[in-house]
Amino acid sequence: MTPGAMAGVLLQVVLLIAVAPYVVGVMRQVRARLEGRAGAGIGQPWRDLRKQLAKEAISPEGSSWVFTAAPVVLLASTLVIAAVGPFISTASPLDRVADLFAVVALLLLGTVALALAGLDTGTAFGGMGASREITVAALAEPTILLVGFALSARVDSSNLAAIVDRIQDNPAQVLSPASVLAAVALAVVVVAEAGRLPVDNPSTHLELTMIHEAMVLEYSGRDLATIELAAALRLTVLLGLWANLFLPWGVATSASPSALGIGAAVFVGKVAILAVALATAEVFMAKLRLFRVPELLAGSFLFGVLAVSSSFFLA
Amino acid sequence: MTQVGRTPRPRQLADQRSYPNRRQIPVTAADLLDRAGALLADGHRLALIAAHDDLDSFRVVYLFTAGQPDRRVELILSTNHARPQIPSLAGLSFPAGRFERELSDLYGIEVLNHPLPQRLVLHQHWPTEWHPMRHDAGAAPAFGSPDEPYPFLTVAGPGVYEIPVGPIHAGLIEPGHFRFSVVGETILKLKARLWFTHKGIEKLAEGRLPADVLPLAERISGDTAVGHALAYCLAIEEARDWPVSGPASILRSVLLELERLYNHIADIGALCNDVGYGIINAHALRIREQLLRLNKQVTGHRLLRGAIVPGGVHLLALPDPAQLSAIAADIQQVVDIALENSVVLDRMTGTAVLSAEQAHDIGTLGYVARASGLRQDARLDHPITLATTAADVPNHSDGDVLARFLTRADEVQASVSLIIELLRTQPPTSADTPKPTWLQAGRISGLGLVEGWRGTIAHRVEMAPDGTVSRLKIVDPSFFNWPALPVALADTIVPDFPLTNKSFNLSYAGNDL
Repeated sequence: MTPGAMAGVLLQVVLLIAVAPYVVGVMRQVRARLEGRAGAGIGQPWRDLRKQLAKEAISPEGSSWVFTAAPVVLLASTLVIAAVGPFISTASPLDRVADLFAVVALLLLGTVALALAGLDTGTAFGGMGASREITVAALAEPTILLVGFALSARVDSSNLAAIVDRIQDNPAQVLSPASVLAAVALAVVVVAEAGRLPVDNPSTHLELTMIHEAMVLEYSGRDLATIELAAALRLTVLLGLWANLFLPWGVATSASPSALGIGAAVFVGKVAILAVALATAEVFMAKLRLFRVPELLAGSFLFGVLAVSSSFFLA
Repeated sequence: MTQVGRTPRPRQLADQRSYPNRRQIPVTAADLLDRAGALLADGHRLALIAAHDDLDSFRVVYLFTAGQPDRRVELILSTNHARPQIPSLAGLSFPAGRFERELSDLYGIEVLNHPLPQRLVLHQHWPTEWHPMRHDAGAAPAFGSPDEPYPFLTVAGPGVYEIPVGPIHAGLIEPGHFRFSVVGETILKLKARLWFTHKGIEKLAEGRLPADVLPLAERISGDTAVGHALAYCLAIEEARDWPVSGPASILRSVLLELERLYNHIADIGALCNDVGYGIINAHALRIREQLLRLNKQVTGHRLLRGAIVPGGVHLLALPDPAQLSAIAADIQQVVDIALENSVVLDRMTGTAVLSAEQAHDIGTLGYVARASGLRQDARLDHPITLATTAADVPNHSDGDVLARFLTRADEVQASVSLIIELLRTQPPTSADTPKPTWLQAGRISGLGLVEGWRGTIAHRVEMAPDGTVSRLKIVDPSFFNWPALPVALADTIVPDFPLTNKSFNLSYAGNDL
């Protein structure tokens, strides 16, 4: 592994961590402005993290190591995706690890860790949140796998960098039916996995309607900061993956500093545009009744099935 | 047949003077049920049951009211002080059972044949022999058994679990404990425990001059300052035989509608916020702020405090009809945008249905009753000025969250029309009638019935010969409406509870007193 390549990986991880809270901040600010409110500014999530990191973490009575380990597992699994994924460059030395299925598994690992922590607290809300989160995950994961099939079928590889490279070489593929259908399916899953409207309401204070927030109700201080950072990073990673799988232009194909620089700038731009678009769309959306969420995810699964079929029959 | 106490001479029970629109009928324990049953069958509803400690005996007043034409009948029962017992009306009227549990806690009167003789107001840590409303109750004693569990009805079966929520909540709301018995996400049973904020307001009122009780009445429930202040003033005025002028009644009705407006628009926004449609809430809060500033212009207080006094009303300015029309149009637009969203509509439609029969049997009031198809409105039934009988009462009957939302939206428009209609009479900004200089001999009582924004508020006041308030019984509509919430929630899913709760938006402070 060359020092230049190492620097590329390091740059990508540091950039994603630095950007992630701002992505959340931008989304909140856009929403605030569209609703006619002043908003707290895009730096507020970072200020919150700094505050929480300085506070001690409290574990509920009777909880085990699962509770304390979950934030670390969640953050670590997300960091691995941030390190190996083709966000800035496809010429990463960790390229071989950047398998679509590995990424899906890592995402699920974090979800399961948090769900177990929710159960570990022994409170009704933790269990309720965990039950709902796993229900959503169980319905969302098959869609990701199907989208993976659809995208990898053309490339004969489930390697993310290979998929991104191939589309960069054949821009027309972006408008292929398989690609468009897969983009729609994955967009729904990104919304569900990131706990955004209309599946989950990240800004609610109503404990009985929460999904993600219900699982993390018992966390405080450093542990809460870890979870908040991991959640922001997950959102950024999901948006970045979506952007680079369907609009891969600007991703560096070599490890040269200039290419990496352009890649980083383009990545930030793409994620920012997606964040603004998602936040804008959320203003016009209400939260679905919990029992309607499966219908939404079944719809995205159907798009995934169509994407796979068309990638075979219309290729 | 149970022998209940000794039978007092009936004539002593009624006040010495009579009242133009309220009948007082002394009854014995033996004929209470027949009398009450006859009144209920005749279209009356039970408005309140108030106990009174007369030193040597307890006097229990059962107030029945009916509207169109306005009828108010009091059945008065006495029981001895040493071993107070009254027969239960719970078999005839559901709210009666709750009033009886309340007076059993606060006065220590035994209610015979009550189907659920548990304590209601006082939590289990208070000693059972302490009854704070008795004249010799004294200071609050030390807590008895703080760790004794409350006997929640447990639901058993495969997959059934319990979710305890509160009394401390994640949002900024008042304290109440909810115990859900749930299978999967479906609610099988909900038990709401209240009275965490029981402050003893009725006891605080005793022995004070009427003017000193007014600030207390205004603060019973922070969002219902006008409703409670007006009900209290009407009661004082009836007791003192103190008629107010026509313009004063007009101005009071205007204030009542202004209070309805700023609360309803807040609820409209909050209901949308609870389904994640935040932009409607942002605009609802913007409009609410305009209304609060208007309130400040009109009364000098954003929550309309201080304007209504016994004998009159003092305003700084009259609201501008053009501004109110503009606000009404703005609100209608916000409501229309909310209902255009199919997800919002889907979340509200068919959620937590309270049938007309349930709403009637529980004795619900206000928009909860009207959304279930009952035409229950004190502005029509017990008008303080004939002008309010023209109020347009919305006609919804589905009893779901959507019906309660639409009822509010319609009432906003009706309120603005009513205010504009009332202002056409060109009332002055203030109107006062001087207090009668003479005080009737003996005990006097008064009753105030007002359609507050949540529903019919009742205040019944009794005054001692020295002109002080000897007893104030307060009934907020929330006392009647709380039991309807668990009924409506049967078979609703847990994540829809906050939305349903908001659609009822019941007062904890007004209930707990």
